[in-house]
Amino acid sequence: MTAAVTPVRAAAGPPGAVALARTVAEHQWRDVVRSRWLIAYALVLAVATELLLRLGGSGPSALLSLLNVVLLLVPLVALVLGTASLHGAREFTELLLVQPIPRRALFTGLWLGHAVPLAVATLLAIALPFAVERAIDADTAPALALFLVVAVLLVAAFTALAFLVATAVVDRARGLGAAILLWLVLGLVYDGVVLAVATAFRDWPLEKPMLVLMVLNPIDLARTLLLLRLDVAALMGYTGAVFRMAFGTAAGMSVAIAALVAWVALPWWLAARAFDRRDF
Amino acid sequence: MIRLDGVTKRFGPLPVLRGIDLALAPGRVTAVVGPNASGKSTLIKCILGLASPDAGRIVLPDGRDVREPAARGAIGYMPQAARFPENLTGHEVLAMLDALRPEVAPDDTLLERFALAAQLHKPVRTLSGGTRQKLSAVVAFRYRPSLLVLDEPSAGLDPLATSIFKAAVLAARDAGTTVLLTSHVVSELETMADDVAFLLDGTIRFAGPVAALLARTGARSLEAALAQLMRAPADAIPDAALHHHHDEPTLRVVNGERR
Repeated sequence: MTAAVTPVRAAAGPPGAVALARTVAEHQWRDVVRSRWLIAYALVLAVATELLLRLGGSGPSALLSLLNVVLLLVPLVALVLGTASLHGAREFTELLLVQPIPRRALFTGLWLGHAVPLAVATLLAIALPFAVERAIDADTAPALALFLVVAVLLVAAFTALAFLVATAVVDRARGLGAAILLWLVLGLVYDGVVLAVATAFRDWPLEKPMLVLMVLNPIDLARTLLLLRLDVAALMGYTGAVFRMAFGTAAGMSVAIAALVAWVALPWWLAARAFDRRDF
Repeated sequence: MIRLDGVTKRFGPLPVLRGIDLALAPGRVTAVVGPNASGKSTLIKCILGLASPDAGRIVLPDGRDVREPAARGAIGYMPQAARFPENLTGHEVLAMLDALRPEVAPDDTLLERFALAAQLHKPVRTLSGGTRQKLSAVVAFRYRPSLLVLDEPSAGLDPLATSIFKAAVLAARDAGTTVLLTSHVVSELETMADDVAFLLDGTIRFAGPVAALLARTGARSLEAALAQLMRAPADAIPDAALHHHHDEPTLRVVNGERR
């Protein structure tokens, strides 16, 4: 074994930011895939899908029931797993930060390393039961496809939000608390507040404020988007109904998808900027 | 050589580093010592690029600022508490770090000396604290660093591993590596440190060879000299050591004599 101190240079130069991010993502991915939390999440979601398919009958009606499960479960799991695991890996993240890798590439790698396995687990846990039960007919296929797209966007958005929380709140327990609070607010409290506002100001023209309120909550957006596709206005709630009146079904869906994509991009950018500037 | 020029850092209203001027010489082990809350860990975070100074510069051996990502290729870092992704094996951890710098041929010397190969196929979560610490040492030495930052390195290492580790540090030093060491174990400092930088209240109160510290404090051992510095830091050091020139670091370690 030679113990020369001079670096031995191979023909290739140092890797670019994309290659570095991919390296981090691939190893992060392996770590996440082997964690029992991800496996437990995938099993719970798969069993729920299977049960709803058996009990609910046709594909579209099972999707409708599954909607409420996914809208609560996916944000919760993405927020809690993302925040907890970024905090839990703080020492290793510091070691990686001392390596010759730009912070933005490291951030991208860590985010992909969390979001990709979670998205794949979500896709498989929903799509496999549908395939096994032979529930994918001509009616169901486009709705299921949109459902899966929305689920992936939710994973991406809430993983970015989790990274924003974990970067902004340094303390481990407080970070987890903030993540759960965010979930409670967006997933449960928000609708109640919207309803209270709508009732209190019922004599005023509320269409525009309601549209704004809906766009400000990715879970609301996802719900409206899928209900538009599944064509069940009765379940849509106040914001959704206003949304459909304002845009119509087709344009409404495009607007909702664009807004959901913005919900991935904006938290991601804010979290990446905070990660760039932070002192570890 | 690592040079720090007027490095200041505050957390909110609280100044933690108040203008650190320090030079760490190549081929020497510099022990950074100071009581708790002296700014020691913030100083190390700044040197590693983990924290950004509010003012001042930190220049690595190749003349680049540590905040340039590529410049950090020169650093080997062994943190106080080594933690790796729990579900990855040691092999996977090393493969990941190798992939971040494919242009450097990894140095397996320490891996072999620790006889760590048999442990590398196990998930990190099943490894003992001492084995993780060995893995951490292997990582620090693996990419032939010109600056080694060792933060309380031997905590958790058994006596055999400690002696292998010390030999590796001294060999790297003799090959020209700049070594920065913090330790609460005085015997470790005594056997390894060539120079001492003493930090108190965010300022360097002494920087120079161990022999110079002994001479100035009149103490017979490094332990006694450090104790004296921590007890009565201001009177322990003659004015010459504290004198601050505007155009020059407080004290240069660069020309410190070899022992």
